[in-house]
Amino acid sequence: MNHNDLFHRPFDSVLAEHPYIEDFLSSFGLEVEAEEDTLEQYLAGLNPDHLEDLGVSATQLRSSLDEFLAGMLAIQHPLDKVESLTIVGGHNKSGVAENLELTLKPGEVVCIVGPTGSGKSRLLADIEWVAQGYTPTGRKILINDQVPDSKWRFSTEHKLVAQLSQNMNFVMDLSAEEFIRMHAESRLIPDAEEKVRQILVQANELAGETFAPDTPVTSVSGGQSRALMIADMAILSKSPIALIDEIENAGIDRKKALELLVREEKIILMATHDPILALMGDRRLVIKNGGIAKIIESSSEERKNLQELEELDNKLLALRNRIRSGETLEII
Amino acid sequence: MRFLTVSGPPSSGKTSVILRVIEALQARQKKIGVVKFDCLLTDDDKRYADKGVLVKKGLSGALCPDHYFVSNIEACVAWGHENGCEYLISESAGLCNRCSPHINEITAVCVIDNLSGINTPRKIGPMLKSADIVVITKGDIVSQAEREVFASRVKQVNPGAIIMHVNGITGQGAFELTSLFEDASDIETLKGKTLRFSMPSALCSYCLGETRIGEEHQTGNIRKMDI
Ligand SMILES: Nc1nc2c(ncn2[C@@H]2O[C@H](COP(=O)(O)OP(=O)(O)O)[C@@H](O)[C@H]2O)c(=O)[nH]1
Ligand SMILES: Nc1ncnc2c1ncn2[C@@H]1O[C@H](COP(=O)(O)OP(=O)(O)O)[C@@H](O)[C@H]1O
Ligand SMILES: [Mg+2]
Ligand SMILES: [Mg+2]
Ligand SMILES: [Zn+2]
Ligand SMILES: [Zn+2]
Repeated sequence: MNHNDLFHRPFDSVLAEHPYIEDFLSSFGLEVEAEEDTLEQYLAGLNPDHLEDLGVSATQLRSSLDEFLAGMLAIQHPLDKVESLTIVGGHNKSGVAENLELTLKPGEVVCIVGPTGSGKSRLLADIEWVAQGYTPTGRKILINDQVPDSKWRFSTEHKLVAQLSQNMNFVMDLSAEEFIRMHAESRLIPDAEEKVRQILVQANELAGETFAPDTPVTSVSGGQSRALMIADMAILSKSPIALIDEIENAGIDRKKALELLVREEKIILMATHDPILALMGDRRLVIKNGGIAKIIESSSEERKNLQELEELDNKLLALRNRIRSGETLEII
Repeated sequence: MRFLTVSGPPSSGKTSVILRVIEALQARQKKIGVVKFDCLLTDDDKRYADKGVLVKKGLSGALCPDHYFVSNIEACVAWGHENGCEYLISESAGLCNRCSPHINEITAVCVIDNLSGINTPRKIGPMLKSADIVVITKGDIVSQAEREVFASRVKQVNPGAIIMHVNGITGQGAFELTSLFEDASDIETLKGKTLRFSMPSALCSYCLGETRIGEEHQTGNIRKMDI
């Protein structure tokens, strides 16, 4: 549908179909009464002095609404499918060429390892911003074997990349459920309530300790907020690429978390030094001095150790729970 | 000379973001000037001078800083031009939410931070609503979901702008912002240019120094609340 039509259709039915128009108008301080016949007439009927008091001109309001509607309709269109992501090598901090071309497909998990300051976050940023040779690393990122449309870079509707950053604090004064609902609404998810429910269920499965939907986001634990954000990313985000920058592991079932993301057919890149996550990845990029120095495919020998690592991990988790419930650890 | 106006609420991260952009521009050997407007006091000029860029500072004192901005910016642009700046950036703190320094055909940037509350985008006037680029800072302090919710609120009041996240401390995103600065309008003078939005008209007895409270002391442009 062309959004220009909306200006000329009966205002009350347009509002009923596109309730966010009312939200848009009220964000400029306008009151909405669907008395006029069309949206166009409503806009024409606004008093210029009143608009000036609100700090907006009639022409600016009209063009903002135009852009807003175009964006809202675009959000509801599916994204072009991302079949592959290719990293074309640049150079390290000393200018030595990386000499590589690495192609990733949906469902693949790649770990990024290397000491602090080596350039892990820069690699994630190159992907996030779809670098085209102009960043400090000189890398290029291709999507579906092509230089992607620049719309990927600054689009808020169709973000190529969703990123889980190291920090997971909240400042909004909302419950977990209200917060996720607000997030879902901002992305115009059709069956928002069902998605909100799923996210809360999943988050509780991932977090060691459960939390109720009405818990304020500002008082969930570190593990719970990580669980909530991973479930939110898996279920709400339409971005085909997920970047995870050194999230802490404590208090969350990492295996389930990764499985949840992989199930959504995302390409996952993760900066981590956690042995379990590293072995669950298909390969590891070793970063040194700003460049990808080595690519290690997770071998079957390594994978054999995964089970043992998980047992170790579960053992530690059980001990942690015993400490939490006030037990002593003479026998472990 | 490329000229940009940068505005935003106090402490939103304007200076930090501009400094990160300056670093990226200096890496490209560009000569940069900054004009800093404030009301009573600022140390930002020192932060800029430490980077080795040319700085001019203007304190508006008893005037609205944005009104003061318009009466001085033409001369500042001439100053930047005479000094051979390739980039001139003005920083002004939006103090009254209704005034805005943005000028037609001059790239306008608004800096706002994730911690300011989800209703803040609605409360800021033309400074945010008429900007070409909106930079959101302090994303490192909040979650991905909260950043997205906040950005959607900004998008609602300024759907035409490029909205991007920049970390004023680590500089994440500053590289990409700098590439937008490189596309800024190239000008020699502000002669003939107009403000994007008129500034509030006020000239009441209090503008003229009246301090006494009471009906009999109120003259000029007065508006009364409905009580
Ligand atoms: N955590 C965090 N702090 C920031 C960021 N950007 C700026 N700040 C801090 O916010 C404060 C105000 O920044 P400043 O640039 O002076 O703001 P201005 O008044 O808008 O120029 C300073 O303490 C900065 O270090 C950011 O992205 N993240
Ligand atoms: N190939 C490169 N050339 C030049 N600078 C680089 C390169 N790779 C990374 N850097 C810079 O090195 C610094 C540290 O990188 P960062 O990605 O933050 O490291 P990490 O996340 O591994 O701790 C950053 O300022 C980054 O821009
Ligand atoms: Mg890092
Ligand atoms: Mg400042
Ligand atoms: Zn003012
Ligand atoms: Zn007055």
